[in-house]
Amino acid sequence: MAELLVWPALIAYGEAALAYAGALGGGGSGSSARLGIWGVRIGWLAQTALLIAQMLDSDGFPWGTWAGALNLFVWLVVGAYLIWGCTPRYRLLGLAVMPLAAALLVAAWAGGGTGVTTETAGWLLALHVGLMLAGLAGLTLSAGLAGLYLWQERRLKQRDTGVLRLRLPPLDSLDRLSARTAFVSLCVLTAGIVVGLVSFNRGDFDVPMAVTLAIWVLYATGLILRRETGLRGRRFAVLLVVGLALVAIVLPLTHFAS
Amino acid sequence: MRLALVGVSHRQAPVELRERVAVDAAGAAELAEGLADGCEAVVLSTCNRTELYLASDQSADHHLDGRASAALLELAGADGVALAPVLYRLGDDSAALHLFRVAAGLDSLVPGEGEILGQVRDAFEIGSTGPLLDRLFRQALHAGRRARVETAIGESPASVPAAAAALAQQVFGDLEGHAVLVVGAGKMSELTARNLRSRGASIAAVANRTVAHGEELAARVDSRAASLDEIPALLATADVVVTSTSAPGFVIDTAAATAALRSRRGRPILFVDLAVPRDVDPGLATIDGCFVYDIDDLEAVVEASLAGRRVEAVRAEQIVAVEAERFREWQASLSVVPAIASLHAHAEEIRTGELAKAEGRLGRLPESERKLVESVTSQIVAKILHLPTVRMKEAAAGADGVIYADVVRHLFGLEEEQS
Repeated sequence: MAELLVWPALIAYGEAALAYAGALGGGGSGSSARLGIWGVRIGWLAQTALLIAQMLDSDGFPWGTWAGALNLFVWLVVGAYLIWGCTPRYRLLGLAVMPLAAALLVAAWAGGGTGVTTETAGWLLALHVGLMLAGLAGLTLSAGLAGLYLWQERRLKQRDTGVLRLRLPPLDSLDRLSARTAFVSLCVLTAGIVVGLVSFNRGDFDVPMAVTLAIWVLYATGLILRRETGLRGRRFAVLLVVGLALVAIVLPLTHFAS
Repeated sequence: MRLALVGVSHRQAPVELRERVAVDAAGAAELAEGLADGCEAVVLSTCNRTELYLASDQSADHHLDGRASAALLELAGADGVALAPVLYRLGDDSAALHLFRVAAGLDSLVPGEGEILGQVRDAFEIGSTGPLLDRLFRQALHAGRRARVETAIGESPASVPAAAAALAQQVFGDLEGHAVLVVGAGKMSELTARNLRSRGASIAAVANRTVAHGEELAARVDSRAASLDEIPALLATADVVVTSTSAPGFVIDTAAATAALRSRRGRPILFVDLAVPRDVDPGLATIDGCFVYDIDDLEAVVEASLAGRRVEAVRAEQIVAVEAERFREWQASLSVVPAIASLHAHAEEIRTGELAKAEGRLGRLPESERKLVESVTSQIVAKILHLPTVRMKEAAAGADGVIYADVVRHLFGLEEEQS
């Protein structure tokens, strides 16, 4: 029964993705953008209901599988986007976030992550997975902002005549916001890693742990370089996008391949 | 009620004629007061137009046009002969639609320009208004606001200085706390610097070959003058550089700027090169965080913005048409208002008369029950008259309002009562 809730969420996310694409043609404003925002809101509420239903129906932590984790991850990404992504200036960030959210939710559904699981798990695992997924969701969002930065920078560099008609957020704001999001995400990720190390240390240093730490080092180095040497703008944006690409490829392989 | 508009604008009249009939706020108020003898009057005078709006509650008052025309010709004085052929005269619905278009910026030289809405408001506030012009101007202001809020007609810049400032906002967002370096003390530099200042930026320095000339501009934009030799050092702190010198070669070349830009630690910098020949080496654009716009780039951005405004103008026209229709319906409803008022008064008179007749019997009732009878009879009258009232207003919005009003007067004997 709970699984039925995935459909309104999927439909709403899909509608939002299409509406944002329509808004791009209409100068980033107007009814298409408003439809997109409502799609995000309704979809997120439907997915929240789905997660609550999963939690109530399952015996333990219902998002321990890769598909379940993906389901929770999508909810966190869209939730983070909802905080300020729906403001008029950042509407077009939805162009990057919502198609991804819809696609990942489909994958989660196909993998059985939207159903009810009978796996049992302790609250520490739940906390670890929750923190890790929240951190990764934040990094996804910072990469989305970095993508938007690269697009805006390209338009300004190429002296695109339409730069004032389809207005993206200011370059400087995108740069600062992506860095702040990455910083907060890294803090959350750190907390997740610490919980994992403290709770599940079985004495061996395995591949998933190594990969997770490598990702942590990559982002931490980027943020330190930004602070100390002025690594910002295009180079920092590229680092965030490449970082997320590595996370998206390597992390699922190492954590869920078995 | 009758509404008349007589005016002259940039569409038909050159500036030599427009300036003859232009009046300041005090003059507009005085003129409106003079014209409002037995009617309502508003004078809208901007650099692009002078328009007189007159309204009278006498539907047969055909002298409004003549009075307004005579006032404008008198203002023109000896140029009245040349002015007469370019005057336009509009009445009622056409005059209202025209004002709504003016308020929305659709009749402006640059579609959607922002100043006109404030000018219409000012004209309204100093005018001699009554019921018709009050409603007309309020609705025009509402239409103008809607056009700007619901479309993007006023969002894009329409001039090179405004485009330069808007580009700076696309790079830095809020310009508060951002420094601008002005190189060259020309008119375009000044306009751009003023535009940037109006959006919160501060002018760090005005660098000029002749420092004395730079000092004049620096004083006007609350800054300091500097020599061209100081430019490399200033590049380290300025976020926007506006150049418009008449130098034959590059004033800012890549080699000289690279070292200065390195010290910015990745902070972006925008070069706005308004000079021909160019002052800024286009090679600077290849440096990370450096954005270079020359005059051609800026003009292309303005042209694209204006094209966008023209597209948005089509949507704004629809909004204006809706508002004009609402005004027409309101104006038409005025023709049935006296009949509706008479009908309600007649019904109320009957109600109170019948209650008075029954006073002998009602007098024995307790106070609470007497109030109940009052309330019930009032509700019965209101319910009976509700539908005829709505139907009459609907008919007034069409062309049958007067007929309906006459029929109601005849059926209920309202004419006899009035006489």
